Amino acid sequence: MKKKNVNINVEYLTRVEGHGNIVVNVKDGRLETCRLDIVEAPRFFEGMLRGRSIFEAQHITSRICGICSCGHTLASIQAAEDALGITPTAQTIKLRKLLLHYETLDSHILHIYLLVAPDLLGVKSFVPLITSHEQVVRRALRMKKTCNDLCDILVGRHVHPISAIVGGFTKLPRPKDLDAMLDLLKGMGPDMEATVELAKTLKFPEFERDTEYIALVNDSNEYPFLTGDVGSTDGVRMNKKDYKKITNEFVVPHSSAKHAKLSRESYAVGALARLNLNYDKLHPKAKEVAAAIGLKPKCINPYLNTAAQLVENVHCLEDAIAIIEDLKNTGINYYEEIVVGLNEQFKISVKAGNGVGAVEVPRGILFHNYQIDDKGIITDANCIIPTSQNTNNIEHDMKKLVPEILDRSEEEITLSLEMLVRSYDPCISCSTHFLDVRFVNR
Amino acid sequence: MEKAKVAFFDFACCEGCQLQVANMGEALINVLGAIDVVEFREVMSEKWDRDIDVAIIEGSITNPHAVERVKQIRDKSKILIAYGSCATIGGVNGMKNGFPLDEIRRYVYGESYQFFPTENTKSVPQVVRVDYFVNGCPVYIPEFVAVLKAVLQGIPYYVPDYPVCVECKLNENVCMYDRGVTCLGPVTKAGCNSWCVNNGNICYGCRGVISNPNEKGAQDVLAKYKIPLGLILNKMNMYNKCRELEQK
Ligand code: SF4
Ligand code: SF4
Ligand code: SF4
Repeated sequence: MKKKNVNINVEYLTRVEGHGNIVVNVKDGRLETCRLDIVEAPRFFEGMLRGRSIFEAQHITSRICGICSCGHTLASIQAAEDALGITPTAQTIKLRKLLLHYETLDSHILHIYLLVAPDLLGVKSFVPLITSHEQVVRRALRMKKTCNDLCDILVGRHVHPISAIVGGFTKLPRPKDLDAMLDLLKGMGPDMEATVELAKTLKFPEFERDTEYIALVNDSNEYPFLTGDVGSTDGVRMNKKDYKKITNEFVVPHSSAKHAKLSRESYAVGALARLNLNYDKLHPKAKEVAAAIGLKPKCINPYLNTAAQLVENVHCLEDAIAIIEDLKNTGINYYEEIVVGLNEQFKISVKAGNGVGAVEVPRGILFHNYQIDDKGIITDANCIIPTSQNTNNIEHDMKKLVPEILDRSEEEITLSLEMLVRSYDPCISCSTHFLDVRFVNR
Repeated sequence: MEKAKVAFFDFACCEGCQLQVANMGEALINVLGAIDVVEFREVMSEKWDRDIDVAIIEGSITNPHAVERVKQIRDKSKILIAYGSCATIGGVNGMKNGFPLDEIRRYVYGESYQFFPTENTKSVPQVVRVDYFVNGCPVYIPEFVAVLKAVLQGIPYYVPDYPVCVECKLNENVCMYDRGVTCLGPVTKAGCNSWCVNNGNICYGCRGVISNPNEKGAQDVLAKYKIPLGLILNKMNMYNKCRELEQK
């Protein structure tokens, strides 16, 4: 048989937020290069934070990523409060969990419908789906809008929440707001069911590679998003303060996002990682859905990250309803509403310190770390986003996948690789941007 | 009549402004019915290399490659819209300009910093001619729809050049100065319906500075509330640092 030469070079991989290139080079049937290049202009957020007030950190870091703006907000606030020695109230924690659920729902819906479904339905984007699958597109946009409306009510807007700040909330939902949110959530039920039905019909590519999965873990029976220790499927468990021992970041020349590894050559974060670590704590309805689509831990097919997102959506919807019902029962304490600004009035006492935030955002665990001086000015900052933790794992997946599918056409290989990258939902706009596949025929 | 060919392009930004489009919900289908979207990388695989009627540019210009790319887009586009604060005024990316470039690169990337070329952040109008502006971080969708309508009808759109305070007063908010904190509403262009103040926060100036800020009035306010000038200047730089670079 003739030894095969394959050269793939996909520039600006579309339908991922950010810019990236996939470069694959196979010479005489041997894989020589397999890379995920990140080519986006770095934005230097960590550098820019130095010299700014800790009370501005949330506002600035939210702008790292529009899709995960609430997640960045919450990780930033957690790190700031950790540094300042503030313990949030029980009410604040409930509302923050609610906000995180809204964003997870929103982001997963966007990913499942607009970014992945076109692949699985065999079209180039959701635009042709408007004619071929109008009801599906309408449902997706309707669900997306509902999440957006929920965020509008809770924090002013989804892209760059306004009222969630260090110390709590500048505006608390009124009773009528709680009712409105409850109606919106319950109203989403039928669309969510239809989404589950749709997902059951989708066929995901078959591919497996065992890897280490990392996510928040805890000792309670709650599926953790907002707080917890950092755990792994290889048995590691550490306090979030030790996050640098988890990520072990290293810089590679071809990518402006840093790479990460822990117990083996790479690790993965995200919905599938969370599900693999915390499956037992999912809402019973979510478990039913997982069973229906054949998803159980430990699942090592990265393409099924999208399926895990769907399972999480069912969980988040149910848990969000439960949180609001609880808030309605206990009633909201409006004395907790705060006006902080830049803390000109020193309403929040400030001291020097170091704080870490570790929050599960839609794409996986996100770390923020700030060092502040005794005036509350940031002297050092570090943010480690999920995608830069996953990039290394994606490259290792590609290295295993390409030899397995070498007998296919370049087009098919390219699509499989693009779909693989997309299944991780890589939000590269975070640190930088992402993707283009390059088969380089020499 | 043939539908206008519209393309979205993103530069250094968080892509939150693009996301605002997806947040329109089913109304988006009506908008898509009125235009022909030929390129929108975040949600479409399709690419377009011919002339464009309307180019919508999101993000700031931060490296030599971006300068070339935005110039090429300008050359093949009839109308160019700067979309979101990153594009219209440089936005948060401008804060980088407060640091020596090599220093900030080294801080973020350590010894490998030379792999990451960067230059001072510029807004889109500091590099190419811009026909329409949609300010905001993120953009305010009702305003974007108004701009899009104006573009399709071939009429100008005027960004409000009065302060956010005007809208804020109409919304009957208690002024943040009376609540003891500083707010950039008095020097910031309106058009967002005082979004942040309505939600209990201050205005951070994301829509850019009005052309004739009442500096005397602002100083009086600062004096009245005993607020140091440095605090305000630092806050202004969060979105408006790029003002210091010359215009094209
Ligand atoms: S203007 Fe703000 S919301 Fe829009 S892309 Fe820039 S950072 Fe994101
Ligand atoms: S709160 Fe801000 S925007 Fe509103 S009136 Fe006062 S200064 Fe102006
Ligand atoms: S209130 Fe100020 S910071 Fe908020 S959206 Fe309006 S202009 Fe931007």
